Amino acid sequence: MSEFIMPSLGADMESAVLMEWKIKEGDKVKKGDIIAEVETSKGVIEIEIFEDGIVEKLLVEPETECKVGTPLAIIHSVSERINISPAAKKRAKELGVDLEKLASQTKGTINLSQVEATDEKTETKAPTTDGMRQAIARAMSKSNTEIPHYYLSTSINMTAALKWLEELNSQRPIGERILPAALLIHAIVLALKKVPQLNGFWQNDTQEIISEINPGIAIALRKGGLITPAILNTQEMNLNETMHSLDDLITRTRTGKLKGGEMTQQTITITNLGDLGIESVFGVIYPPQVAIVGIGNIMDVPWAENDMLCARKVVKVTLAGDHRATDGRIGAQFLDKLDKILQKPEELL
Amino acid sequence: MNIADIKKTIIKEILNIAPEIEEAEIVDDENIQHSLEIDSFDFLKILIALNEKLGVEVPEADYTKVDTLNKMVDYFSKRL
Repeated sequence: MSEFIMPSLGADMESAVLMEWKIKEGDKVKKGDIIAEVETSKGVIEIEIFEDGIVEKLLVEPETECKVGTPLAIIHSVSERINISPAAKKRAKELGVDLEKLASQTKGTINLSQVEATDEKTETKAPTTDGMRQAIARAMSKSNTEIPHYYLSTSINMTAALKWLEELNSQRPIGERILPAALLIHAIVLALKKVPQLNGFWQNDTQEIISEINPGIAIALRKGGLITPAILNTQEMNLNETMHSLDDLITRTRTGKLKGGEMTQQTITITNLGDLGIESVFGVIYPPQVAIVGIGNIMDVPWAENDMLCARKVVKVTLAGDHRATDGRIGAQFLDKLDKILQKPEELL
Repeated sequence: MNIADIKKTIIKEILNIAPEIEEAEIVDDENIQHSLEIDSFDFLKILIALNEKLGVEVPEADYTKVDTLNKMVDYFSKRL
């Protein structure tokens, strides 16, 4: 038997309103099932369960505001073995939680929220009227106070890649076209596979490189603010899948239907301000991540090539890196790989 | 479908994709992406929706011919 408690959907969340149960008492649930919708300062988010079991009792009525860590339901575990999600394991390490002790209290199953609940620092304060602004303020202040950023910038000739993309798109129906933004994200993921040091975390004075590449994509909300939900497991995706996942993520972000995992498992951030006409973005790293990649506008610029001056389509890509985790050399290798990958677009599909 | 109907259809689809926008903000001769902060994803979605409604598919090479409301009306009316 274990309690399912209000999870922390991001380090700055203090409470959320349980909007709707997707399960009822007696239901069988399995790990990854969406069991409820909660409204946070970041919008409505679907929350998943991290264990298999049977719903014993629902403890909270819909439309109740609950602090992080509040028990929401009692789940009767099906399996007795120790089961811990990667996110919970990571957080436990970060907080110095004794997992064996916690496992004995939770009958062998540990989820992120239970780990967070053991942390005394997760005390709650009164909710603010502009929760998202406050959440951004806290995270960015922490970043600028604690992370020694270094910044690198490079101009990448996109002429070949865009020509290739145009050719590809001209053979496709409009609904299957690939946008340059997706091409760039896919290329960044491929470059991260070659330079994995930028994908992961810095915590407890150690660098942790993560094999799953879950880039958080900065998505502006028209009513103000921004959130950075992740595309999960991009390391396994081809270009079409990356485009499809990005499209899906943006749509669900705007309609407020994100999953909890997408809000908590980012391993790096990508911010693209190209559509607003910005030339280059120097980002602020979202802790405990160690890097943020900025994409500017793809512009027609004068470009010297083979001793000739010509007009080319060029994008400025920037990297802000955590100098505790990596040095400029690693950042430079990453940007160089990215450039090389984008010069061979036919290999991107 | 006359020009007024085409214009109405385009405005309806823009508001569908970007519901926060007020109809009055859509100015005839302004670049819709810049003036309405519509990113490349939403722009593509608008064109996909218009393709479904009007049966006209805008090739990528023609994107500059549909970057304002007036240009869109003109582009679609010539191809219907």
